[in-house]
Amino acid sequence: MAIVKTSNLVKKFGSFTALNGIDLEVQAGEVYGFIGPNGAGKTTTIRVLLGILRATSGQVEIFGKDAWKDAVEIHKRVAYVPGDINLWPNLTGGEVIDFFIRLRGGSGNRREEFIAKFDLDPTKKCRTYSKGNRQKVALVAAFASDADLYVLDEPTSGLDPLMYRVFQEHILQLKQEGKSVFLSSHVLSEVERLCDRISIIRQGEIIESGSLDQLRHLTGTQVEVETAQPMPALHSLAGVHDVRQRDGALVFLVDNEEIGNVLKYISGFDVKRLECAPLTLEDLFMRYYKGGAAGGGGA
Amino acid sequence: MLKGMFTGISKINAFTWRRERINVPVWILSLLSLTFFVALTFPHIYPAEQRQVLAETMKNPAITAMFGIGYGLDNYHYGAIMGHQMSLFTALGAAIMSILLVNRHTRGDEEEGRTEVVGSCPVGRLSGLGATLAVACAANILLALATGIGLYALGLEGIDLPGSLLYGALIGVTGIFFAASTALFAQITATPRGTLSFSFAYLGISYLLRAIGDVSSETLSMLSPLGWVLRSQVYVNNYWWPIFLTLGAAILVGALAFYLNSMRDMGAGFIHARRGRTHAPASLRSPLGLGLRLQRGVFIAWAIGMYVLGASYGSVLGDIDAFFTDNEMMLKMIPGGPAALSEQYIAMIMAALALMSTIPALFMILKIRDEEKKNRAEHLLVRAVPRPAIMLSFLGISVVTGFAVLMLGATGLWSAGLAVLDEPLAFGPIFSAVLAYYPAILGLIGLAAVLVGVAPKAASLIWYYLGYTFITAYFGNLLQLPEWMRKLTPFGFVPQVPVESMGPVAATGLTAVALGLMAIGVIEYSKRDMVN
Repeated sequence: MAIVKTSNLVKKFGSFTALNGIDLEVQAGEVYGFIGPNGAGKTTTIRVLLGILRATSGQVEIFGKDAWKDAVEIHKRVAYVPGDINLWPNLTGGEVIDFFIRLRGGSGNRREEFIAKFDLDPTKKCRTYSKGNRQKVALVAAFASDADLYVLDEPTSGLDPLMYRVFQEHILQLKQEGKSVFLSSHVLSEVERLCDRISIIRQGEIIESGSLDQLRHLTGTQVEVETAQPMPALHSLAGVHDVRQRDGALVFLVDNEEIGNVLKYISGFDVKRLECAPLTLEDLFMRYYKGGAAGGGGA
Repeated sequence: MLKGMFTGISKINAFTWRRERINVPVWILSLLSLTFFVALTFPHIYPAEQRQVLAETMKNPAITAMFGIGYGLDNYHYGAIMGHQMSLFTALGAAIMSILLVNRHTRGDEEEGRTEVVGSCPVGRLSGLGATLAVACAANILLALATGIGLYALGLEGIDLPGSLLYGALIGVTGIFFAASTALFAQITATPRGTLSFSFAYLGISYLLRAIGDVSSETLSMLSPLGWVLRSQVYVNNYWWPIFLTLGAAILVGALAFYLNSMRDMGAGFIHARRGRTHAPASLRSPLGLGLRLQRGVFIAWAIGMYVLGASYGSVLGDIDAFFTDNEMMLKMIPGGPAALSEQYIAMIMAALALMSTIPALFMILKIRDEEKKNRAEHLLVRAVPRPAIMLSFLGISVVTGFAVLMLGATGLWSAGLAVLDEPLAFGPIFSAVLAYYPAILGLIGLAAVLVGVAPKAASLIWYYLGYTFITAYFGNLLQLPEWMRKLTPFGFVPQVPVESMGPVAATGLTAVALGLMAIGVIEYSKRDMVN
């Protein structure tokens, strides 16, 4: 069953269309990556999912219930960590964590464990916390009690590498327990490491969805090659894109189905060095965003 | 020592003006319009032949407590009336403008992290505070000059040029003094809220010291900056020394603020934050629990303040009694004798207490908007909390707060009356008199709720409406405003208890409208997007 499902979700603020027909589906036991640059609509999408904003049109369902109308019922099983978190300056971190746990109605029996893991001082007033510490408060509250869906909006932007590892381990553990995680991020290595499936959003529209492998398959392999003789016809070979010069070598993308032909062609020019690598998410990302012109798919 | 401390101040100064381009002009224009409007009504409401009768009533200690000592009552021309009835309140307006302005640009900016960004640029350590105070001073000087010249230009009898300039100066210098004192409090406390609380508490204490002092003890009045400026006896004797005294004090206070600012860390105050609890108390488990926790400091401050205000009004009841009993002419003049006038004074106090009680009640309901603006409402919304529960919690706190502080004000009045009157006031009538105002308070809360629900970005407009209500309800009689202007606010429907009696129809009608407005507020809040 789909834990989160939106179909043709549109959100307008006045005449500005923030989300233009978003289709998403997050399955049980899956870590779902939601990536896009600032202002693409990540947080707006999350706010609609959580019933903070109301969809202008389209369907938004979580656990098969309407995200707006059944918000309270849904939220009993959802844990959320906002990216830009404001807390009450005159309450302590410990108080806020307790308060959040009680509002959800959970037991919060793992509170102490996570306070220790994240190395948080719960007796300090929120006013004195740095951004990372405020995020820890939200993370402890989210992880300390049981939920079926975790919605995390750039949850690690303020964490140091040590704390980041704690976060990552717990996400993987949640996955093993069969929980669903909706993770919005622009830290691509994080998404690459944790997520089963990914959607890329740009200007309020999903421009690509699938597993990382699928996306790579769509986009191909990156080849870096240095040859003794120039390769005049490389540009015109089928399946070759984005040919660039770098330190005397050529760097380009090859569609996976064409890679055999391309290698055959290259081998005729006295190869001195050859590197093939799957596209990193960053390459993917850059391809989709460069000039805003790239369409769907890898062609 | 001061080298480089003020680098870049002119740029910050210009930027501060840019940020204040709406706020300060609105304040100045409002205060100017009020001043000119009131002055222009004088010839209509106080024809020359009635002025001496008015002067006689102005010797009433209750009036003295409220407006200050009446100077020039022997020849109560428009200048003397202006100086007596308007100068203190306009000066209070300037003080409030200055407090809000200085707090916004000192602790306010610091809390929001803006000071840090500006401070990382090549600017001096004191440039921020310096620019803020420069803007505050300039705004007050502008207000002073415009008030002075404008009043003179009206060409009313007794409103001459030297007096008008002094009148403007006393208002401006009050604003400057409270700007400086706010700058000082901004160094001592570590939060904008703390700074505001200290600054307004100081303003309130200054008012009360002067009120009690003007009736009974000159020394007490001289402890209050508001007491000083009124000693200028504007339009009557035109003394300038209080202006220079206040200005000197402002410079000293300001210098101390600069000194403390130069030696403290950013974000730190001299009153340190304590370590807090590891666990939340059992009460913190719902939006209501959160609301109570967030508002309890404000509530306690207002509870004490309202009791003290009531008690201060009550403390002059004895003087009023004595005044009327001793004053043959007044006895003849007023049908119903001293008892009636004393009742009229009480009616005026009731209106004042009710208006003041509305302020914390509105704070409580507008807090929900504050939570929304700071993205904290979403912490509740994304957990298992129904939207109506959030709105109802804050509404409930607001409704109860209005009632509680109103009753505390009445209790203060009554208990002070016990001490100073031979025949103490009965609690019952006092209680029912303030209660008559409660539906009107509910009406304003209801309006605020509708704004929060329907037009969240405009919610703070309710303060302007309260300002209008204040003018019509408090000065309505004095200015003889037309009936329809008073009826534009819920307070216009409240009879002047105990002078008039409250009809059950008006009371239930007002309450019903108020509850209806609140219901609209709750429903609309539950249906709309959160906006920050």
